[in-house]
Amino acid sequence: MKVLVTVKRVIDYNVKVRVKADNTDVDLKNVKMAVNPFCEIAVEQAVRLKEAGKASEVIVVSMGPQNAQEQLRTALAMGADRAILVKSEEALESLTVAKILAKIIEEEQPGLVIMGKQSIDTDNNQTGQMLAALTGMSQGTFISGLELSDTEAQVVREIDGGLQTLAVKLPAILTVDLRLNEPRYASLPNIMKAKKKPLDTKSPEDYGVEVKANTKLLKVEPPAERQAGIKVASVAELVDKLKNEAKVI
Amino acid sequence: MAILLIAEHDNALLKSATLSTVTAATQIGGDIDLLVVGNGCAAAADAAAKVPGVRKVLLADNAVYDHEIAENVAALIKEIAADYSHILAPATTNGKNFMPRVAALLDVGQISEIMSVESADTFKRPIYAGNAIATVQSLDAVKVITVRGTSFDPAATEGGSASVESLSQVTDTGLSRLVSEELAQSDRPELTTAKIIVSGGRGMGDKAHFEMLETLADKLGAAVGATRAAVDAGFVANDYQIGQTGKVVAPELYIGVGLSGAIQHLAGMKDSKVIVAINKDEDAPIFQVADYGLVADLFEAVPELEKSL
Repeated sequence: MKVLVTVKRVIDYNVKVRVKADNTDVDLKNVKMAVNPFCEIAVEQAVRLKEAGKASEVIVVSMGPQNAQEQLRTALAMGADRAILVKSEEALESLTVAKILAKIIEEEQPGLVIMGKQSIDTDNNQTGQMLAALTGMSQGTFISGLELSDTEAQVVREIDGGLQTLAVKLPAILTVDLRLNEPRYASLPNIMKAKKKPLDTKSPEDYGVEVKANTKLLKVEPPAERQAGIKVASVAELVDKLKNEAKVI
Repeated sequence: MAILLIAEHDNALLKSATLSTVTAATQIGGDIDLLVVGNGCAAAADAAAKVPGVRKVLLADNAVYDHEIAENVAALIKEIAADYSHILAPATTNGKNFMPRVAALLDVGQISEIMSVESADTFKRPIYAGNAIATVQSLDAVKVITVRGTSFDPAATEGGSASVESLSQVTDTGLSRLVSEELAQSDRPELTTAKIIVSGGRGMGDKAHFEMLETLADKLGAAVGATRAAVDAGFVANDYQIGQTGKVVAPELYIGVGLSGAIQHLAGMKDSKVIVAINKDEDAPIFQVADYGLVADLFEAVPELEKSL
C-alpha cells in the first residue's frame, strides 16, 4: 500500500510573529521557515508504517514556492521515498490545495493519506476534511492513535471532553494531532541520501486545477496587547485583590 | 438571507458554544434555522426551539447520525443547504470535523473560527496562534463558517417558540463507524464555559501534586486546565489542555500555577478577564499578561490560597 503524506512550509514554531507595518500580512522576510509541526508528525507516522512493513512507498507532497523543496528534502531525510512539489508563488487556499491533492490521489492511488490537522500559519484546520469530501473517502481527524487492518483503519481521535475511537474504511484521509508520535531527527547520512531521492516539480495547471480565491485578506493586525498588572507580595494580598478589586471571587 | 446553524448538543440540551454561535448569526442578520442532528436528540430540538430569534428547528434524528459521524452529517447538510446564504457551526472538535467537508461538497471555502462579525461577508479570525488577527472577506455564494464560542456571548435559552420540523433524509455513506468513546467523567464545570479556571504547568512536578489544583478548583467551583507540557508529562488527560492546539478559554478568572506562559498556551487563555499567575520564576512570561502576579513557591502558596478562601 502506498501512503501519501503532505507537508507545508511555514514559519518556524519558535519564531515570534510580526505583522507588517502596512497591515497587509505577517512579515515573513528573513524569517526561519520549517516543516509545519503537525505535518512532521504525519511524515513520521507514514515512515513508521513503512518500517513496520505496512506501507510499500511513502510519497510526500508540498505546495508552495520553489524553496518549499527544503521541507520536502527534510521529509525525504526522515524516510519518505519520493517527493512532489506543486509550485505556486501565490498562496493557495485550502479548497484549491484539496482539489490538486485529489488529482494526485487519482494518479497515485494511495491506500492511505496522512496530513497534519492544521498548519500553524493560517490555523484553518480544513484541507484534510475537504480532501476527504472531494475524493468521497472516509476521514479520521485529529488522531492520536492508529491501527491498520486490510480494509479499515482504527483511529483514536482527540475530541472535546475525551477520546473517540472510529473505524474508517480504506482508503482514508487521516489528519494527525500532536500526541500521535514524536518525530525523529534526520541523521546526517540520511540528509545526504535525501538529496538523491526523486523530487518532481509540477504546477496546478499540470493537474488541470484552476487556482481560485475563496476569500480576500483585507487586513492583518497584531492582537490587542494585554498590559501586565501588578505583583502581589502574599497570598493574603492576592485574595484581597480578587475579592475587593477584581471582584471575581 | 437565511442562516443554517448546526447545533452542538448532548441529546438533551444545547451546548453553550451553540448559543454563542446563535449570537454570531444574529449579528450577521437574516432568518436563523437550527439543525439538530444526532441519534435520540429530540429533546435537544425542543430546547433549540426555545432560543429567541430562531425561525425553525430542523431535526434529523436517526441512528446513522449517532455521534455525528462527519461523512453522514456533511452529506445531510449538503442536501438541505440550497436555501441558505450562510452555514454556521461552533468551532468545537465536532464542528471542525464536519464543516470543511460540507464546504468542499458545496465547492466553497470555509472561514474558520471567527471571533467577530464585521459584515455579512467579512469576519475577523485569529491566525498564527492568535499572534495576528486577520480580517477576511468571503467571496463565495454560500459562506461556511465556524465560530469561536468564547468570542460571542451566549444567546438566551428561553423565550422563543420556533417550530420543530423533522427531516426525512437519511444519508448513510457507510464510510465510518464508532468503536468507542471515553469521555472524562467530572463534576467540575466544562473548561470552555467555566467562570473560573485553575490551570497548571510543568512546574506542578507530577500527577500527585496536580491534585492540589483540583482541591483548589473544587473550593472555587472552578474547572481544571493544563498546559501542553503538563499533558505531555502525563499529569492529566489531553482534554485538559488549553492553548493553540487545545481548548480556547476566556473565563472571568484564570489562575495559572507553575506554568511559564509559552505563546502557544497564551493563545488559548489571554482573553480571560482576570489572570492570576503563581510562579517562583519572576521572569516567567506569564507575568507579562497577568493582572495579579505572585512570585512564590507554588507548593506553599496553593495550599495557603485554598485555606484562605
